[in-house]
Amino acid sequence: MKKSAFLGTAVAATLVAGASFAGTLEDVKAKGHVQCGVSTGLVGFAAADANGNWDGFDVSVCRALAAAVLGDPQAVKFTPTTGKTRFTALASGEVDVLARNTTWTFSRDVDLKFTFIGVNYYDGQGFMVPKALGVSSAKDLDGATVCIQTGTTTELNLADFFRTNNISYEPVPIETNAEAQAQYLAGACDVYTTDASGLAATRATFESPAEHTVLPEIISKEPLGPLVRHGDDQWADIVRWTLNALIAAEELGVTSANVKDSAMSAGKNPEVNRLLGTEGNLGEMLGLSADWAKNAIAAGGNYGEIFERNIGEKTAIGISRGLNAQWTNGGLLYTPPFR
Amino acid sequence: MTNSSNASYVRTEMLGEKPAPVGQTGIIRWFRENLFSSIPNAIMSLVALWMIYLVLSHVLPWIFQSSWNANSLKECRAAIKEAYGEGTHGACWAVIRERFLQLIYGFYPSELYWRPNLAFIGMLVALAPILFNKLPRKMLGFTALYPFLAFWLLWGGSVWLPFMIITGFVLGYVAFTMLPHYIGTLGATIAAFLVPVLFWLLLAGPFASGMQSIADVGLEPVESAKFGGFMLSILIGITGIVMSLPIGILLALGRQSDLLIVKAICVGFIEFIRGVPLITLLFVASTLLNYFMPPGTTFDIILRVIIMVTLFASAYMAEVIRGGLAALPKGQYEGADSLGLDFWQSTRLIIMPQALKISIPSIVSTFIGLFKDTVLVSIIGLLDPIGLSTNIRADAAWNGIIWELYGFIALVFFIFCFSMSRYSMYLERKLQTSH
Repeated sequence: MKKSAFLGTAVAATLVAGASFAGTLEDVKAKGHVQCGVSTGLVGFAAADANGNWDGFDVSVCRALAAAVLGDPQAVKFTPTTGKTRFTALASGEVDVLARNTTWTFSRDVDLKFTFIGVNYYDGQGFMVPKALGVSSAKDLDGATVCIQTGTTTELNLADFFRTNNISYEPVPIETNAEAQAQYLAGACDVYTTDASGLAATRATFESPAEHTVLPEIISKEPLGPLVRHGDDQWADIVRWTLNALIAAEELGVTSANVKDSAMSAGKNPEVNRLLGTEGNLGEMLGLSADWAKNAIAAGGNYGEIFERNIGEKTAIGISRGLNAQWTNGGLLYTPPFR
Repeated sequence: MTNSSNASYVRTEMLGEKPAPVGQTGIIRWFRENLFSSIPNAIMSLVALWMIYLVLSHVLPWIFQSSWNANSLKECRAAIKEAYGEGTHGACWAVIRERFLQLIYGFYPSELYWRPNLAFIGMLVALAPILFNKLPRKMLGFTALYPFLAFWLLWGGSVWLPFMIITGFVLGYVAFTMLPHYIGTLGATIAAFLVPVLFWLLLAGPFASGMQSIADVGLEPVESAKFGGFMLSILIGITGIVMSLPIGILLALGRQSDLLIVKAICVGFIEFIRGVPLITLLFVASTLLNYFMPPGTTFDIILRVIIMVTLFASAYMAEVIRGGLAALPKGQYEGADSLGLDFWQSTRLIIMPQALKISIPSIVSTFIGLFKDTVLVSIIGLLDPIGLSTNIRADAAWNGIIWELYGFIALVFFIFCFSMSRYSMYLERKLQTSH
């Protein structure tokens, strides 16, 4: 604080400035924790409880990663980022990985020089309307006032949708989800549009959710996934295959309950054996220990368990698997084989 | 006829005092004079009363028909429905109860709360001799030490780091007072600047680690990511306020200086910083600085923000104080000169006390503005009270709570800002010299 802190830190900064910049994996191992960029708060995806412990769907990815790399799901520190600071935080090296429901788009991948390592949630933009409005399809929304968060892709998607359907709308620009909720409930707009997961979470908080309905149309593709910086392929591989391990574990029936037993000795299914390190040397290829995937799965369970615990149908948010089911169940989750 | 004193029409005793007519006293008179003095006034009073009633009749039930004990918004609504009947909209203050400590301290480890508490009490003690001149002047010694103490208490770590920084300042002071005899005033001034910097850069690190190995005195370190809530607001606000006043005074004096380069630097700084929105400076602090610095450098985000806030406030403060300087009659400067005082003496003894007194309302306005501006740090992802309210809403149990959190935050900010405002009025009355 005050002058002392400034000078002290200036001195400290000068002293460490000479330190070399090794690969992210070495850095992470050296400092003993993964620095993970998360949202400042998004229901079901990232939130801190009264004791300051972070939890949520995106947070679970970070914990699994920390468990895979360092063997400890608690060896992760969270940097809350806003929509405005998230990319610079990652690009400047402030965080090792960004798991902040970020849509995988061409320009973010190519132009901003990030590597999206996969998709952990397939989202899409939807509409919520009061039932009293008597609307059953988004195409009936001609002339509606629409609450929309400014500066997001949802704004552009909305314009595209109404233009292609040749209908008009009046936007009510708002800044945050909380503001949107208040405006929508106060009747300042007929329709609230944002990602379908956000709509479900918002609707769940209403005093009478049954009076509101989410329209069937999903007007955009929003594949949300963790991302890392360009230029460190080893680290990107680690994050990618940690996420894949969680997805594969669900497909192969490995859960947090049985992962310890399955990892004790090789079982009948060779892919499970390779995943859990009782056969082959996948961990070694990544530069991690043989039980990396076991640790990642033990941290918070497989993909399905994480989904059900944070945003699934039994939670207040109540999102069904839909597109996020395994490919064997008609969803889009399809991990390349572990071999 | 002989004894006129017996005449019955002459009073012999005074009448007792009668109370004034009912319409001319007490509450009725007050009402008549202030609210119903004319027909338009009466109409406006009635309309105003009706408006006040309208607002209170909605707000008060909401505030008081509330729930304090629930553990989620759903439970809140159920409890309110049960207690006050169907269709009652009450506040869910339970969220404040559950998250109170978090709103105050952020994620600061709960077993270490005594450290920010102690730092806060220390702050009051350190500020007291500055704010109230009846207190013993010796307390200023503690005030000078306090910044280092607070830094150590809040962030923890080895005691030797703040100790080394103090040592640097002491060395600079020694150089400034001892050396003029040998190398002249200018040389001593330069030495006073160079000696501490060289000490910090070259000697402080090894010396501190050496002392650390001899006497391992320290507190458990707490990283900046754990700072949040009102603690963060007060930390940024108070530091900005305390630092911006002296820097602002220097800038204001520099702007009036005859030295071309000093003047150009001050004018450039003030105009540049004032011409840029605070939020832009915060973005520079949070994102751009990371690009400028060598990879792997860690420069504390709170520190970066404090520096930017201080620079911003200093520029405004400089202009406020320049306004005070401009309001002084030229005779004051000439009078000071005629007494044979040099520039610093006349500034310190004659000019500044008057200029600052004139500027008090504006200075305090700037302070209040600065303190409230600290909530902008939520935009760059720091968890100040506003940032925390987003985070609390992200908890599935409290999602949908809006007014309760904002209301509580507003109340706390109001208490702080109102106190500052009252203090400035006290100070103005105390310094009132015109009769």
